[in-house]
Amino acid sequence: MIKINAKAASVSFRNVTKVYGRDVVAVDAVNLEVSAGSLVTLLGPSGCGKTTILRMIAGLEMPSKGQVFIGDKDVTTLPATDRDVSMVFQSYALFPHMTVMENVSYGLKFSGFDKSETKERALAGLDLVGLAGYGGRLPSALSGGQQQRVAVARALVLEPQVLLFDEPLSNLDAKLRRQVREEIREIQQNLGLTVVYVTHDQEEALAVSDEIVVMRNAGIAQKGTPRELYEAPADAFVADFIGEANLIPCEVLSISGDMAEIGIGSFRHKLASRGVQPGPAQVAVRPSRVRIGAEGQGMPARIKKAIYVGSRMEYTVEAEFGTLFAVLDDVKAPLKIGDDVMLSFAASGPVLVPG
Amino acid sequence: MFWIIAGWVGYLLLPWYGVEEFYTFEWLVDGWPMHSDYAPAAMLVAQGKKLWLAPMLLALVAPLFVLRRRKTDPIYGKVLIVAGGFGFAWLVAQGMGIGLRGYNYGWMAALFGELNDRQFGMGYGALIAASSFLFLFTQGIAARGAVNGDVFVTSAIGGVIAVVAIFVFLPIAKMLGAAFISDDGGYSIVEFFGKFVDQRIWGLGCLSGTSCGAAWNSLFLAVLVGTITTVLGLIFALVLTRSGFKYKKGLRALTMLPIITPPFVIGLALILLFGLSGTVTQWVSGVLDVQPTRWLYGLPGILIAQTLAFTPIAFLVMIGVVEGVSPSMEEAAQTLRANRWQTFRTVSLPLMRPGLANAFLLGFIESMADFGNPLVLGGNYDVLSTEIFFAIVGAQYDQSRAAILAMILLGFTLGAFYLQRFWLGKKSYTTVTGKGDSGVHPLLPKRIALPVYVIAALWGLFTIAVYVYIVYGSFVQLWGVNDSLTLAHYKTAFAVAWDDRGFRWTGSAWDSFWTTIMIATIAAPFTAALGLITAYLLTRQDFAGKKSFEFGTMLSFAIPGTVIGVAYILAFNVPPIEITGTGLILVVSFVFRNMPVGVRAGIASMSQLDKSLDESSLTLGANSWQTFRLIILPLLRPAILAALVYSFVRAMTAISAVIFLVSARYDMATSYIIGRVENNDYGLAIAYSTALIFVMLFAVGMLQLAVGRTKIGRRTSQSEGH
Repeated sequence: MIKINAKAASVSFRNVTKVYGRDVVAVDAVNLEVSAGSLVTLLGPSGCGKTTILRMIAGLEMPSKGQVFIGDKDVTTLPATDRDVSMVFQSYALFPHMTVMENVSYGLKFSGFDKSETKERALAGLDLVGLAGYGGRLPSALSGGQQQRVAVARALVLEPQVLLFDEPLSNLDAKLRRQVREEIREIQQNLGLTVVYVTHDQEEALAVSDEIVVMRNAGIAQKGTPRELYEAPADAFVADFIGEANLIPCEVLSISGDMAEIGIGSFRHKLASRGVQPGPAQVAVRPSRVRIGAEGQGMPARIKKAIYVGSRMEYTVEAEFGTLFAVLDDVKAPLKIGDDVMLSFAASGPVLVPG
Repeated sequence: MFWIIAGWVGYLLLPWYGVEEFYTFEWLVDGWPMHSDYAPAAMLVAQGKKLWLAPMLLALVAPLFVLRRRKTDPIYGKVLIVAGGFGFAWLVAQGMGIGLRGYNYGWMAALFGELNDRQFGMGYGALIAASSFLFLFTQGIAARGAVNGDVFVTSAIGGVIAVVAIFVFLPIAKMLGAAFISDDGGYSIVEFFGKFVDQRIWGLGCLSGTSCGAAWNSLFLAVLVGTITTVLGLIFALVLTRSGFKYKKGLRALTMLPIITPPFVIGLALILLFGLSGTVTQWVSGVLDVQPTRWLYGLPGILIAQTLAFTPIAFLVMIGVVEGVSPSMEEAAQTLRANRWQTFRTVSLPLMRPGLANAFLLGFIESMADFGNPLVLGGNYDVLSTEIFFAIVGAQYDQSRAAILAMILLGFTLGAFYLQRFWLGKKSYTTVTGKGDSGVHPLLPKRIALPVYVIAALWGLFTIAVYVYIVYGSFVQLWGVNDSLTLAHYKTAFAVAWDDRGFRWTGSAWDSFWTTIMIATIAAPFTAALGLITAYLLTRQDFAGKKSFEFGTMLSFAIPGTVIGVAYILAFNVPPIEITGTGLILVVSFVFRNMPVGVRAGIASMSQLDKSLDESSLTLGANSWQTFRLIILPLLRPAILAALVYSFVRAMTAISAVIFLVSARYDMATSYIIGRVENNDYGLAIAYSTALIFVMLFAVGMLQLAVGRTKIGRRTSQSEGH
């Protein structure tokens, strides 16, 4: 039995710019390194240029400026056909007039394999995604999740240097999404593939990635591991985009070493300074890092909404600086609407971002 | 409620039988309501005449008893079904059974005794009463819970089925029956077979040097035309969507031109170019010093003319399909290491298969039905459509021969229709999931780009030449004999006079011109309405028998115009529906000839409107008629306009059905022109055609202005830098 292997290679973008028409800049001077065998997610709101980057790796778009490398080869002007890259499309793009088997064998036919090897490889690919025995069906006779897997198998069997995913889960329902993303991650890790993955769903990105690249307005806002992005967002945009965050305006009062003291009204809190200078700034606080007490230290506030969602309580709280969203685990003795409370922050968690 | 009143009005007040002129109201003062020609049914019965109309009274009385009952009451539905069904059935039965010479069928006379009375074609009264019965029946069905008890939908289904049955299937059935009528008026299978296997139809002489029968000629021609137009249509669609070709707009306009051109006009232009005294022929014979020949007349001429005339139709089909192939399919193929040519061959082309099949079928049917070009250019190359014409209008006047020929023609087109379905089979050609369809169509592979450009350019030049010659030819005194320029043809056709008798349209063409405009204008809204309602039923509603409903409406589209023409004169020159020779038969024939266009336009744009729009309207308290009127119709405005203009234009350019249906009183522009051509009066014919082309250009231009161009949100294609 033939095994699907990986010939993983790195991808690197050197100062790549893509301009559509005259002046629509889709990607602006981006530098990007994807190391071999890792899964990197491009995350960002729609129109931020993430799909354009993916299509430039695939060779479906050519950069207006800059260079693209796959492995140590300059592929900047190489068309898609001649690149060792395959892609799973958002719409799956399964060929409706071909059976599952013909779909999966499609790329192999053009890669110089003989008939028996093509067949064996295609069967191995279908086996890998758990669809052995479905080869004779037409794509229209498969469920959404199965079509998705056929698309993955079709891309995998070519043993590409880089495998690209363009929002692969957006056409699946919520329950299936978790399962399929785990399968994708598992296959990637088992085979050691280089994968570039585009999504606008931050939870999906956090769950599958080795590294996340957050994009904004045709450029890179921040890159790092999921933990780095979640716990140390570079700015308010990233803080809010990766997991929800309450962004509260504050004043940096003093810096001592790498710690800063901030003030929100009369409330004081100490946290890592991260290079922020004294003056106005913002503090980003995850909903789960807000502490609410009936009395004691903190900012006076009032409960505006209280929602029971099973595993926890969600509160909207009104304070002097505005409203704030908080999540508390205590569902046994919930607070009621109109209760007066005192707000404070957990010792770790809140981060200071430049105002 | 409304239909009960309408039924009574139709029965009590309006003249039951057809009056001479459908649009005039002379009958109001001319003996109505007592004179038996104009009397309403009730008056006739009261006078003791036409007693067979009496039982319908029962069907009109019955619904009155259930008026007070609630719709959910089972008796309400039952009574309406029985009353409406009985009324309609009786009306149809008496109409079919009793005609101009008493009973139409011998066994009825034998059964009921000789009837010393007769009846003419049905008129207003019968029409309204029939609709009333039909809709009472559908309301009854709705009350019983069919199609979720939706009155509008059941009525629409009933109405469409009834009119399609009466105006498409009934005439065809009558025509098939007429094929078996022998010369002495009886039915004869033997004679049928005698005429059917005629050498002039099925002869295979062309294999041995003489000429083949009309059936083989037609088939051969239609296959050639279908194939060539499909290939050309594909080529133009590819050039427009997948190339960096600079003059796309110009090419698009060129390909649209023939749509607003009566098909035989191309044939006329070809004669000016390649005929015996044509410019090219003369030039070539001068340069090469050879005798000019009549090579154009026959297969080559018809083939060239039809190819020019019908390529745009194929193009319109192909452009939709070529644009419809999801770009991500082709991009996926490219990322799977297929090069441009392999992508085109293994993905793009197979996905265009339904379009190819459709375009071929259209070209095939149009060629089969085309009447003008074979008449103008045919020479000794007999085809079915012209043979049918000569069987009906010629000295032979042989209805059953015409019917047999039409039957063969119909057999070919239905065969092609069936083959198309068979070839497409059960495979799926549509993208499985509709979402995320951004991407760019790849450019054409090099190895086909070059030939495609060359062919497109040649065709473009040729078309330009043809049209220049049409316009130029309209100013030439007498082609090949006296080449001086003149306005005489326009003067003859379109002169107006302002003298002591006031303003007068003295030109010889005005009569047919105004008739054409009037008929086309009347037919257009009906065509659009019928087409859109049918499309609405097909895309939006689910009901028992939908599959056969769909098949029936699509089938009517595989029936060539020539066949419709023959069927109409055979079916509608005797009661119960007696409209031969009136303007009405022209209107009706246009409505049903062009209805498939409206249906397809409607289906195309309705399937782009999400069904949740209807559903949200329904849940907001609107009924389905209100939803159709307030939600669907406004959103379909472009489709409606397109259907209107297209049916208007088709009504002005059509010839194949029209030629059988015109009368001295209602002559159409196209048949008038054909008449001029037969008298070798080419100058006038071409001048008139040129005028028609400009009128239609104006109509289409207005449409473009009114609708504008819709844009599809896709990624723009490759930008400059590489």
